[in-house]
Amino acid sequence: MERLGISRPPAMLAVVVLAAAPSMVRAQGTPVEQLRQEIESMRKQLQQMQKKLDEQDTIIRKLSKEPAAPPATATAPPAPVSPPPPAVAKAPEPWSPTAPIRVLSGSRGYLNLSFDGLADAGWSTAPDVTALQRGDHDPLQRGFTIPNAEIFLNGAVDPYFTGAANIVFKLDEDNETSVELEEMYLQTSSLPWNLQVKGGQYLTEFGRINQQHPHAWDFVDQPLIIGRMFGPEGLRNPGARLSWLLPLPFYSELLGSVQNSHGGTAFPFRNAEEELFGRTPIERNVRGPGDLLYTPRWVSSFDLTDSQTVVAGLSGAFAPNASGRHTYTQVYGGDVYWKWKPSWQSGGFPFVSFQTEALGRRYEAGASNGLPREVLNDWGLYSQALYGFTQRWVAGLRGDWVSGDSGAFKADENRADRFRASPNLTFYPTEFSKLRLQYNYDHGQLLGDDSSVWLQVEFLLGEHAAHKF
Amino acid sequence: MRTLLKITLLFSLLALPAGAADRLKIVATTADLAAIAAAVGGDAAEVTAVARATEDPHFVDAKPSFIRLLNQADVLIEGGAALEAGWLPPLLDSARNARIAVGAPGRIVASDAVQLKDVPPRLDRSLGDVHPYGNPHYLLDPANGGLVAGAIARGLCGADGPHCDAYTANAARFTAALDAKMPEWQQALAPARGQKIVSYHKNFDYLAERFGLEVVGNLEPKPGIPPSPTHLADLVPRMQAAKVRAILIEPYRERQTPDFVANKTGAQIVVLPIMPDGRDYIAFIDHDVRTLAKALAPS
Repeated sequence: MERLGISRPPAMLAVVVLAAAPSMVRAQGTPVEQLRQEIESMRKQLQQMQKKLDEQDTIIRKLSKEPAAPPATATAPPAPVSPPPPAVAKAPEPWSPTAPIRVLSGSRGYLNLSFDGLADAGWSTAPDVTALQRGDHDPLQRGFTIPNAEIFLNGAVDPYFTGAANIVFKLDEDNETSVELEEMYLQTSSLPWNLQVKGGQYLTEFGRINQQHPHAWDFVDQPLIIGRMFGPEGLRNPGARLSWLLPLPFYSELLGSVQNSHGGTAFPFRNAEEELFGRTPIERNVRGPGDLLYTPRWVSSFDLTDSQTVVAGLSGAFAPNASGRHTYTQVYGGDVYWKWKPSWQSGGFPFVSFQTEALGRRYEAGASNGLPREVLNDWGLYSQALYGFTQRWVAGLRGDWVSGDSGAFKADENRADRFRASPNLTFYPTEFSKLRLQYNYDHGQLLGDDSSVWLQVEFLLGEHAAHKF
Repeated sequence: MRTLLKITLLFSLLALPAGAADRLKIVATTADLAAIAAAVGGDAAEVTAVARATEDPHFVDAKPSFIRLLNQADVLIEGGAALEAGWLPPLLDSARNARIAVGAPGRIVASDAVQLKDVPPRLDRSLGDVHPYGNPHYLLDPANGGLVAGAIARGLCGADGPHCDAYTANAARFTAALDAKMPEWQQALAPARGQKIVSYHKNFDYLAERFGLEVVGNLEPKPGIPPSPTHLADLVPRMQAAKVRAILIEPYRERQTPDFVANKTGAQIVVLPIMPDGRDYIAFIDHDVRTLAKALAPS
């Protein structure tokens, strides 16, 4: 090593090169002479690099000895020929730019931890609030509700994976605490060909709202169509998802998900827990891969102008359902999101956004309880507009509408026509807290007319991951 | 074994910067970093900025088009110090680009090259939205511009070895030009040395320190918290006592509060861009220094 006449780091490099060399010889069958020449040329390169490093070292040492700034005063401007103020002079002691200053080293762990608390308070003209609010994270009763207390953990597992978990606590109407492992997944971070795999339990990437946790919603409650299509908890189950970022000049992503198709979190599928459309559910085993839940999605985005962006997606969800031995459900959805945020935004304001999702479901209902085998079609949509009119304040308006064709089972609260209008106003003291006031006007074929007013408070502790667009 | 080697070779080819024959694709999170990167990259690189020069860099939307941009990037230059914490992580999560992964040669963290001010001794959000690793608005000190240019050149050498000499030479030329301008700037602001100023956000602390100005207060009571009447009632008499003559604000700020305080104290509102908008970095600093010198000139 001394013979090479270079200091330790380059020499170590050389050792690595030498150690790797024999395998190269075997693999490529290079003559030893050629290899020697290569090493010789590498040695020269290393010597040149060392020379450069030494030069830079000298410069740095020289610069850090000079004063911080010329002793300029109001009366004595610096002479034009005086040496320029050194670039690295700010450092109080000799310091090499190759040794980055580490601030707070050690205090940042391998895990990002955050806690999000949501609380609702309000009143409704409907004595049974759950008849109106079908979501599990919606206000459940007159008075107070704690619909969501969420622990979120995430971080890089190793160079190949990132991991995340979302554990949610909530209080029911009898103040019993229930715990849900809402999400727990591993995601690849270094697959080739623009691919990414996610595995575990996760919110299915269908449309926009279904992927969001309640604290990310722009309204107090979930849209009616989401509750009707995917039930009180939304669509999520253990499974795996493959995504491909398409090699196109604009953002376009194809996602395909395979998940279990049973349980309350696969509401319109093999859900043996709920009596749907008058049919008594049956236990259906998984007989083949066709009995799992398949969810394809295609999403693209364009910047219309410098300050306007549109995102549009198409989704489908396909699996058997529990109303018969050979009955299947198909859900289709389309979603559009548009946002304007000017180039002079301050603190994220002002902005205007519009979001709409339309969903349709084809449900093959089996013969049960004297009801015939029939196909039930349901559809609906929600549209919402938000206006962040001044810093910290957002006004919102959402319209909900759900409907369906008629079936043999009449007076079904899961299928009857409903309409809802929800204006709201949100105040964000900081990005870690919010206060939201919302009015809901409900009209239902079976429910009649109702009015509700809800106040929602949110707080966030810790280092919460930023949200997707 | 031979097949395995071929596959490995194939993968390493794929891992090479896409279109290595073309210009190096550099993505910088903000316009100031992009301007320095353009000076260092020269003809060998094409530089795109994520955040618009005129917007609040703390609150940039994670637009999907940026995912595509980052997916194609050979090099990512970030400001670091948690400036981009609100929007860069979800973009990188979706970008699936190993060339710009943490620790890869194509990932340059500019804050590693400078010494940050105001690193909080403790983390407590009741003190406002304090940047946990220190004040990230360090590029308004031109000396830091030189340090960052050096760091970018070193980073580009790692990501694109064949053009290393050009990058190093460009950075040296850039730093020399900066150093040549420095006495000029010091001279322009020499009459203002020691003057007390107030700024809206802690955006101008590095600039003030470089040129010997003293920031005696902010319109924000705490970082990221909008001005409150109580805070202003305390600030205005302090400004009068300290004979503050300038209130420094960014172009994207509301003007109501600065106008109010200016009326009460007789101080002048000085709108200073914090990012170069179409200008190169040196011209941008030059513009800010001259604007400030004009505002603080003895009357």
